[in-house]
Amino acid sequence: MQKEKENNKFVREVADEKYKYGFTTQVDTDIIPKGLNEDVIRLISAKKQEPDWLLQFRLDAYRYWLTLEMPRWAHLDIPDIDFQDISYYADPLAGKKNRPGSMDEVDPELVKTFNKLGIPLEEQMALSGVAVDAVMDSVSVKTTFKETLMDKGIIFCSISEAVRQHPDLVRQYLGSVVSSRDNFFAALNSAVFSDGSFVYIPKGVRCPMELSTYFRINAAETGQFERTLIIADDDSYVSYLEGCTAPMRDSNQLHAAIVEIYVHDRAEVKYSTVQNWYPGDKDGKGGIYNFVTKRGLCKGVASKLSWTQVETGSAITWKYPSCVLAGDDSQAEFYSVAVTNNYQQADTGTKMIHLGRNTKSTIISKGISAGRSQNSYRGLVRVSPKADNVRNYSQCDSLLLGDKCGAHTFPYMDIHNDTAVVEHEATTSKISEEQLFYCNQRGISTEDAIGLIVNGYAKEVVNKLPMEFAVEAQKLLQISLEGSVG
Amino acid sequence: MNMLEIKDLHASVNGKEILKGINLTVKPGEVHAIMGPNGSGKSTLSSVIVGNPAFEVTKGSMTFNGKDLSQLSPEERSREGLFLSFQYPVEIPGVSMVNFMRAAVNEHRKYKGLPALTASEFLRLMRDKRKVVELDNKLANRSVNEGFSGGEKKKNEIFQMAMLEPCLSILDETDSGLDIDALRIVADGVNKLKTPETSVIVITHYQRLLDYIKPDIVHVLYKGRIVKTAGPELALELEEKGYDWIKKELGE
Amino acid sequence: MNNAEKQYTDLYSRFSGMIKGNSSDVMNSVRDRAMDSFLKLGFPGKKDEKFRYTDVASCFAPDYGMNLGRVKPKVNPYESFKCNVANISTFQIFTVNDSFYTDMKAPASMPEGVMIGGLHDMALKYPELVGRYYARAACADADSLVAFNTAFAQDGVFIYVPDNVVLDKPVQIVNVRSSEGIDFMANRRLLIALGRGAQAKVLVCDHAQGDSRFLSTQTAEIFTGENAVLDYYEVEETDSSNIRMAGTYVRQEAGSSFRMSGVTLTNGLTRNTIGVTLEGEGAETILNGLVIADKKQHVDNNTVIDHKASHCVSRELFKYVLDDAAVGAFAGKVLVRPGAVKTDSEQVDKNLCLTKDARMYAQPQLEIYADDVKCSHGATVGQLDESAVFYMRQRGLSLKEARMLLMFAFAGEVIDSIKLEPLKERLHRLAELRFRGELSKCNGCRVCKK
Repeated sequence: MQKEKENNKFVREVADEKYKYGFTTQVDTDIIPKGLNEDVIRLISAKKQEPDWLLQFRLDAYRYWLTLEMPRWAHLDIPDIDFQDISYYADPLAGKKNRPGSMDEVDPELVKTFNKLGIPLEEQMALSGVAVDAVMDSVSVKTTFKETLMDKGIIFCSISEAVRQHPDLVRQYLGSVVSSRDNFFAALNSAVFSDGSFVYIPKGVRCPMELSTYFRINAAETGQFERTLIIADDDSYVSYLEGCTAPMRDSNQLHAAIVEIYVHDRAEVKYSTVQNWYPGDKDGKGGIYNFVTKRGLCKGVASKLSWTQVETGSAITWKYPSCVLAGDDSQAEFYSVAVTNNYQQADTGTKMIHLGRNTKSTIISKGISAGRSQNSYRGLVRVSPKADNVRNYSQCDSLLLGDKCGAHTFPYMDIHNDTAVVEHEATTSKISEEQLFYCNQRGISTEDAIGLIVNGYAKEVVNKLPMEFAVEAQKLLQISLEGSVG
Repeated sequence: MNMLEIKDLHASVNGKEILKGINLTVKPGEVHAIMGPNGSGKSTLSSVIVGNPAFEVTKGSMTFNGKDLSQLSPEERSREGLFLSFQYPVEIPGVSMVNFMRAAVNEHRKYKGLPALTASEFLRLMRDKRKVVELDNKLANRSVNEGFSGGEKKKNEIFQMAMLEPCLSILDETDSGLDIDALRIVADGVNKLKTPETSVIVITHYQRLLDYIKPDIVHVLYKGRIVKTAGPELALELEEKGYDWIKKELGE
Repeated sequence: MNNAEKQYTDLYSRFSGMIKGNSSDVMNSVRDRAMDSFLKLGFPGKKDEKFRYTDVASCFAPDYGMNLGRVKPKVNPYESFKCNVANISTFQIFTVNDSFYTDMKAPASMPEGVMIGGLHDMALKYPELVGRYYARAACADADSLVAFNTAFAQDGVFIYVPDNVVLDKPVQIVNVRSSEGIDFMANRRLLIALGRGAQAKVLVCDHAQGDSRFLSTQTAEIFTGENAVLDYYEVEETDSSNIRMAGTYVRQEAGSSFRMSGVTLTNGLTRNTIGVTLEGEGAETILNGLVIADKKQHVDNNTVIDHKASHCVSRELFKYVLDDAAVGAFAGKVLVRPGAVKTDSEQVDKNLCLTKDARMYAQPQLEIYADDVKCSHGATVGQLDESAVFYMRQRGLSLKEARMLLMFAFAGEVIDSIKLEPLKERLHRLAELRFRGELSKCNGCRVCKK
């Protein structure tokens, strides 16, 4: 009890800070002029000193993007986005002639920024066992523990660096899971992507530490188009974490990322996200539009992919981390908590595409809506004719706090095989008044009680996260729901 | 002639070997008890004898009244006179006991070359056999095992045994979950159905069922093998001393 | 505009005079507007979320004949429809294609004020009463199939039960077809209104069978007044040449109860759209559906239950058994509007695919804008319980028979919800024949020949 009290005290302190990551960093940033056309793409590619094939990849994606319209099928009210009113490249390292190799060369302002975010870039200060790639705006600022990992043959660097140093790997895998023609935002990202992380785990290697990327949007009126590519070769294992924050600004900012994961025979990848982009203020002003395509291909036999996400941020979230289970006996999981408050909107879920035999997937989704927010789960389970003995279990629960918000569930089951067993369950209910009263009777305020109950509700998912992230996620859940009662 | 003859039987489930060379012979009229600690393979043995497809026989042979069991489907084994009283009888919503039992009885009759029972003959048979285990008429009108209490499910198993008149009945932990009255009713039912030609294999943890159904031979199954076989006194000894002395005897 | 659409808009612009001339003011008053709406909407495309699984435009593409001049069909439905349900006493009426059959045998005596008859005649005789309900539940502005049907329909059935009248005898509406070897289209309306405290049972048998292509569109509008109770059953026993596009739209007042069971036993392509609006507090909706399909049958049930008022209860149970290359689709949306507190909603969708080529698409949906609610749905696609199969085999049942009994049980759960005993018995029997493959083997009137 005492401990819980302290916990709550701590949470309240944090909560009082509201969105504590809302500051901006004063650093010389090279921002290219707003607008999008082939010249802009050539400029980005040139700034990153890219080979011609990559420029062609970008241009092809751009030309395809021009033929598309923005998707409107999600349960989201997305204002028109003027894609010419965004700057597609912002480089906070512009002051430096050479990219920083050692800590001394990184702009102290940037180090300070990441320290404030709880992401120390000095290796000696870092959380033990976590290697970090820190990305601000369009550029990777610093990747820690690179050399330690290299000893094992593990490549962990920014994707720009990978393009330069491991061009064959990048060329082989880039776009192999998410085609540049996959959807509107995937095409846009493929045309203008800036930085993100690249991970390659060689055959038989268990990555000895958690790999982590921290994304930070800093510059105003820019978009962030990160690109992450993870390849787990045969019999390898990696756990990868992603975190994100942005300053508080009145205008909306676009974040359209692609994450591709390629899992070979018997390899296992765990991908965890704590998404805390600026959600906008209590009146719905500002915030990030988070339109993300994340997909993993379980190509190998008995390969395994697990997505865990805690979504608390962004004004609008449009995100369906998916798995293509191509290898026989492969397995996939999707564990998600999505919290929306105030005027936030989220349409998130997953796709499990079963192509291989004896493939298994599990979906656990917990939605929590408060304020005037709209929170939707959207998911697809598809079993192809050749995928014998597929098993899927999906559980989607929604919790409503207040009568102005909405909670929606849109699962799709497409079953083309008679040996599949696919089960879906969903429930929607409001937070239990009995539980609240019980807590009140024990002297816990309603707001704290909601925090406790919500954390209990989300526990199944949060427990899937690595320790450090689980703690942060719990705090975030409570902060996000602040002011949702009364 | 031997009724059941099992030789060097090996069986596995999901690739894991559970039975590692079972030898067992049951003659007409005999009552065998198979005892053993949890996880020793008792239920696997009963499942394999009746042909549960979840288990794979990897080696050895089983003959029943001279027929090779490996050549017979589960339903043929049943019609040959093999009956299993399940440890956990499955609930089958929407399938009425009457329809289920009528289908079963008539399949058995057809196998023996007998005509199907008329509806009234069948209902009379149900009524007579219900008395064996004092099964409530209401239960007979419900779906198979649906909403039955633990005791009712076990009574229902013995009721079905009465309906089908098997020559070898395997009672898989039929005593588990029964209070003393239900235990007596179930055991009395089994004894009433016993004839000099029919045999019973009782699988149990405890002596108490054996107070009612007297075994001729007691086996101890341990780690997939029958490690000890003796007369009824063995059961009493086990009740008194537990299984540890057997493990010691085996040098563990 | 595609060709499928164009042939109907052209037809309408050439023959709207004839359509209207053979219809009533009530039905004509909304006709042009419905056509305008159809012009705007067109047939739903595959991208239309509500029609993902059924290609409507291709169903309408052939050049069908239509009876716009209202020529009286020559068929005698008493001869072509003999498969009466044993021991059921109903007030039986017929539609032939889309015409109410007026030469019916002397009707049984009806309680005071009850009206049952052809929609065309009723709309001429009682324009005020029919006008109070016609086109008030089915919205032609938003749904192109309703728009299409409203533009072309000229007849159908009207049932009115006044306040506090209880109709003991079920009303049985039998749809038969008379297409004389040509591709034919029928556009039919059902209009059922129950006054305050009224009670009725309605059974609709879709029995269209023949050897040419036949497309029927049916729009049913149902109104249940305060505390009224309507049991509504639909049984489809058509054949592979039949396309059925049916919409059932229900508006429920406070405390009323609407219980529907829809059974598809044999058909070609079927799309049932069911939209129930709970407008008054404390109303109750029960929607049950059973589909048994094989060969290339296609059955798409799309339901929306719109909770507009508080303290309402809705229950849905849909089951599909798909064999051969049959395609099943189920979409069930439950919408809870702001303020519809204490909503209690449950939906269950269970499906069996028996072959590799059978396909099932399940799409349960919850859209909830009120917080004090209890809503759930569950959907499964799977096989029969293997442990139950083994248990039955241990008792001597063959594998086939064990599976058969489990399938009857699976389907039986829906049939058991039917409160009309003789119909329930008959459907149990039909389901059994169907599973044993004995229904679809037989041509013509399958049941009577047994």
